[in-house]
Amino acid sequence: MLETLLQLLWSSDLIYATLRLTTPLLFAALGGLMCERAGVLNIGLEGLMLGGALTAYLVALKTGSPWLGLLAGALAGLVTALLFAVVAVTFRANQIVSAVGLNILMLGLTGVALRAVVGLSSGQNAAPTIPIWNIPGLGDLPGLGPVLFRHLPLVYLVFILVGVVAFIFYRTTWGLAIRAVGEHPRAAETVGINVIQVRYLTLLWSGFMAGVGGALLSVGYLNTFQEGMTAGRGFIAFSAIIFGRWTPLGTMLASLLFGFADALQLRIQAFGAPIPYQFLVMLPYVVTLLALFGAGRSQSPAASGAPYAPGEA
Amino acid sequence: MAPFLRVEEITKTFPGVVANDRVTLEVSAREIHALLGENGAGKTTLVNILYGLHRPDSGRILLRGQEVHLHSSRHAIALGVGMVHQHFMLIPPLTVAENIVLGMRSPREPLLDLGPASREITRLSQAYGLEVDPSALVWQLSVGMQQRVEIIKALYRKADLLILDEPTAVLTPQEIHELFNILRRLKSEGHAVIFISHKLDEVMEISDRVTVLRDGRVVSTAETARTDKAALARMMVGRDVLFRLDKPPVTPGEPVLRVQRLRVMNDRGQSAIQDVSFDVHRNEVLGVAGVDGNGQRELVEAVAGLRPAAGGQIHINGQTALYGYPADQGHAFNVAHIPEDRQKVGLVLDFSVGENLVARLFTRLPFARYGFLFLDAIRRNAERLIKEFDIRVPHPDVKARALSGGNQQKVILARELSREPDLILAAQPTRGLDVGATEFVERRMLEQRARGAAILYVSTELEEILSLSDRIAVLHRGEIMGIVRPGEVTEEALGLMMAGEKRGTYL
Repeated sequence: MLETLLQLLWSSDLIYATLRLTTPLLFAALGGLMCERAGVLNIGLEGLMLGGALTAYLVALKTGSPWLGLLAGALAGLVTALLFAVVAVTFRANQIVSAVGLNILMLGLTGVALRAVVGLSSGQNAAPTIPIWNIPGLGDLPGLGPVLFRHLPLVYLVFILVGVVAFIFYRTTWGLAIRAVGEHPRAAETVGINVIQVRYLTLLWSGFMAGVGGALLSVGYLNTFQEGMTAGRGFIAFSAIIFGRWTPLGTMLASLLFGFADALQLRIQAFGAPIPYQFLVMLPYVVTLLALFGAGRSQSPAASGAPYAPGEA
Repeated sequence: MAPFLRVEEITKTFPGVVANDRVTLEVSAREIHALLGENGAGKTTLVNILYGLHRPDSGRILLRGQEVHLHSSRHAIALGVGMVHQHFMLIPPLTVAENIVLGMRSPREPLLDLGPASREITRLSQAYGLEVDPSALVWQLSVGMQQRVEIIKALYRKADLLILDEPTAVLTPQEIHELFNILRRLKSEGHAVIFISHKLDEVMEISDRVTVLRDGRVVSTAETARTDKAALARMMVGRDVLFRLDKPPVTPGEPVLRVQRLRVMNDRGQSAIQDVSFDVHRNEVLGVAGVDGNGQRELVEAVAGLRPAAGGQIHINGQTALYGYPADQGHAFNVAHIPEDRQKVGLVLDFSVGENLVARLFTRLPFARYGFLFLDAIRRNAERLIKEFDIRVPHPDVKARALSGGNQQKVILARELSREPDLILAAQPTRGLDVGATEFVERRMLEQRARGAAILYVSTELEEILSLSDRIAVLHRGEIMGIVRPGEVTEEALGLMMAGEKRGTYL
């Protein structure tokens, strides 16, 4: 039994699947991290991902290019985030309520749009997908080569972006402005920072990134779109930010943990363990829940969730 | 030579209020110009206009003889205006240097380069006697140090005109002394300074000229050396002001409140009150002095039963009081609480004055029975208290939100004091009130003292503590530095205790 378990845990498939499943989460989480550090809670990541997934699928299907699909998915996320920004930043609606509204809207909208465009039998309309990139030289290394170096190019990109986001946060004036706006927007305004602009730009970035994360699901790993196919990954990404204590590195580690939980449950299923699969599917969500208990009252940006009205003393 | 700043006929209205009414003001380089006025006189609105945060409805602003239209604080900063806000505009988790360069272009834009900034900060702090470590995190600094960071922030932006909005409100007497030295230094280096205050002594000490505002209008501008406190007070309030309270001698009776070795945590779970012991007797005011944030809030809340004690004991009328004790029930705990934050804790702003006046007692006769409210009784109670406490409100059904700060406080006093409490916990009861309302509160406190109440009176205003208290306990970082009698201690000595020096004895 123990031997089986070890075999399970050390299998290279598990590492491969962890990286693969972490990537969409991490895209969405890195996007959300940016706007949350600027003080906008973005529970709408789920809806943004869903919009990205559908748009990417439809565009890839119609144009024959998965890359155009990916770009369209990212832009769909960006445009949806713009809508959210207008409601939550300009009109200062409650961020939680408007994001929940956004999620419900996107769930309905993607379902309807899918039927309107391809009918009920989307399964027969396979879209082209982004090819795996076998990094020359590295991908054929014995042992870890196929595990680490035969992924979609976006898998490598997202881990590079962790460093980029960290660099922006801590080594640039933009990052300083973002952190200031999330902590004390009024103080930021008194030194001439445009709080509204910062919040808009970071929200657009979060939309773009969540759109990429969603597109990965439909034209990266699958070749189709299913209603509600994000299955809560946007919420898990949101949790990864909190569990990662609003830092890029922490967010990455949290995303890896959740990706690992997902990979593990798939692996156990494949192993034919005598556990009803419904319980296994729950695993990533249970891990998320436990992680958030463990996170305790971690330090969120002080102005988190509070709409800002410029110029009112 | 033209004055550095000239404000001509500035008018600014907000819905329903004229905040500034044809205000004219001149400030020269090498001048400290005090802006004196009560709360709501329009001081803050005026300086917010000068800092580009509000736009005036009419009037002109001239800087160095040139008319300017300030459309943002960025613009005002570029023109050499610097501001130290009453509530500091610093970001606690960032370092001093990060706070100072925030919003400015970096020499290696967009890369953050704190090296040159840190050197410039060090140079400025040496030049003006403002010692501060550029790499320190702001939340770890004392309030006085944070204020220096704000001043350096303005100087770093090459401010020629420095506006300080109520800068002494949060400082100990020694810190105020140091601040004044810094301001004199700035003046001698050629800066113009606008110093906002409602404290007459400070204005007399530091300013060259003083402009008094009342109800949004300039009452007068005078050379400080040619005026005096009484004249300024008269201009500020519009009538003669008595500076001395009439405090008849009373012999304290038996102890009502006994606090022994009390320990209390703050909201973050850190120790806020450590090993504090004191008594408050019948017919006695025990003043609690100290800089804001040294455990006063936690102490009062613990005694009021709103916050659990982490250790020690609280006895009221000989009985042990625990967290969550029903402060409105029974004879043992007849306690009145005038909370620090009257808008959030003291009142339900969207309830009517009448409802707020029964907020403690509405579940019982004569105001209710079997869960039904007796609206007539509530109304009669309101009408009686409105009269007795001179609450300026046209009707008991008006929402508490619509009242001025002074009248809101009167509602709380009426509710709390009309029950003839044995113990009164008054936390900063005059904060933010004008001279008239302050006098009202202080007189009511002395009446209660004469009646036989024991009063725990927390204030950050030393003058007030000295004039009201029978004994004074000084809090510093959650510990009592000593308990002294007002006649036997100087303000300087109290200041040193507020800064952490143990003195006096436990009387």
